[in-house]
Amino acid sequence: MRIALVACFALALANGPIGTLLLMRRESLSGNVLSHAVMPGAALGFLYAGYSLAALTLGGLLTGLAVAGLAALTARSRPQRQDSSLIAFYLVSLSFGVLIVAARGSQADLMHVLFGTVLAVDVKALVLIASISSLTMLTVATLYRPFAVESFDPAFLRAVGGGGGVFRAIFITLVALNLVASFQAFGTLLAIGPMLLPAAAARCWTHRVWPTIALATVIGMAAALAGLLISYYANLPSGPAIVLGAGVIYGTSLLAAGRMRLKPKSLEGQ
Amino acid sequence: MANSSDPVRPRRSASDMVRLVRAATAPLRQSLAVSLSALGDSAQAAFARHFDSGYDPSASDGESRRGEGGIAVRNLSVRYGETYAFEGLTGEFAPASLTAVIGPNGAGKSSLLKTLAGIVRPATGEVICAALARHRLAYLPQQDELDRGFPITVAELVALGDWRNFGSVRGPPRHLAASVYEALATVGLLAVMDRQIAELSVGQFQRALFARLLLQDADVILLDEPFASLDESTTEDLLRFLQRWQSEGRTVVTVLHDLDRVRRHFPSTLLLARSPVAWGETSLSLSADNLARAQKAMVLPEGHRAGRAA
Repeated sequence: MRIALVACFALALANGPIGTLLLMRRESLSGNVLSHAVMPGAALGFLYAGYSLAALTLGGLLTGLAVAGLAALTARSRPQRQDSSLIAFYLVSLSFGVLIVAARGSQADLMHVLFGTVLAVDVKALVLIASISSLTMLTVATLYRPFAVESFDPAFLRAVGGGGGVFRAIFITLVALNLVASFQAFGTLLAIGPMLLPAAAARCWTHRVWPTIALATVIGMAAALAGLLISYYANLPSGPAIVLGAGVIYGTSLLAAGRMRLKPKSLEGQ
Repeated sequence: MANSSDPVRPRRSASDMVRLVRAATAPLRQSLAVSLSALGDSAQAAFARHFDSGYDPSASDGESRRGEGGIAVRNLSVRYGETYAFEGLTGEFAPASLTAVIGPNGAGKSSLLKTLAGIVRPATGEVICAALARHRLAYLPQQDELDRGFPITVAELVALGDWRNFGSVRGPPRHLAASVYEALATVGLLAVMDRQIAELSVGQFQRALFARLLLQDADVILLDEPFASLDESTTEDLLRFLQRWQSEGRTVVTVLHDLDRVRRHFPSTLLLARSPVAWGETSLSLSADNLARAQKAMVLPEGHRAGRAA
């Protein structure tokens, strides 16, 4: 239980900046696709090595990045159809993963892969989560400027020579890494939840970037704490409880901030 | 703990031991320090090469190399899938020239600019542009290609123009605030410098982008319909910057629609209709004959518009 809480806090620390950047880049859909793309690899890892952390992580990361690469290639050749090709990737990955798990494992295994089990996170997994989280924060802190510019004016970044595709690739890799870290705790279906919901809730309150990131992290932690407590006392699955907690905070923020917004002019544009 | 509770052991021997160990490991530690710092240097170099090639503070105080600011193209074609955006373009945007690129919708004007900026890879031919390789080329896309919803203030947006002085990771140089202030004053945006870019009008946003261009101080400036949906007074203001840039020896290439404006303000014109119709002095390029040819070229059998951003 304590390990689960620490793991969730570590995830929240990394998910704050990553989720905020994903939203700012309007790439929540690609994040969602990536989270499902992790599934077939993790399922294959499961197939060959059972619940081995290394196999699940490595497999998930590999297919995640492979799908991200494929999506980037498709986007290059037919830019207008990005949405539909992303959805196709997402559905195919998900079905493929479910089939692989179902072929060998039980119903319980399938539930585990789809929704995760926060309480099953052990010290080894915690170390992995903490490492990924630290790496994420360091990278975002170092490369924030190019990440930001690349997302709203890529042509400018290219012209001034800051590199272009490199940063996109690094960012997507970070997203995939974090999804893999979340995978144990939240499964492929929910992994994107603790990433996007706190950031979306935070964006209701402020539009400046660093406050959004800080607020998203705090909200993520609060949701984790509340979700774990509820799931413990009410004997409910903890992953969904945490995501639901974040969802409730998002809903409240949406309503409350809409009313109390200091700046009347909407900057949403989404 | 064991040591301190052991009265027999003289204190001196411990420090002697430390000294001995220090002396014995000195060469090792030294070589380790050297190789570590070498590793650090090469890591830094690798980082600069891959992630921070735009950092080049020497460029701003070095002598101007604007004489090399021209762009030559040879047999240039761009294709999206099966459709050519434009093809067979050969010629030169001379250093310190001010050229309008004009033509019907879908003639390949934007694609040409993107190719010159190194964003779109040509299907055939090549672009020779020293400024591009030295990161001294500025490209302003059509406004709708920028994400106006991005949370950044006007001053921050303008400050990015000074990229070569801070690159991807460094802190801004001390003079930055002053030059941002000056650029904002020049385009008349001081009053809104702390607003989010989402709050600006189209005209104000374009002024902000021009302020960023001022800081960017590029040798070649490519502008894609910079006056689209701007009012007359803003257009006149911004046109003056184009002329000023040319007089400073920069090469300016602008995609435009307004024939009268081109005739009045642009010395040279490239008339493009999927293939070049005319390229040279404006009055010659924009003859009635050439304009008719440009219209005709666009209603060829395969008259569908090129895939994106044609």
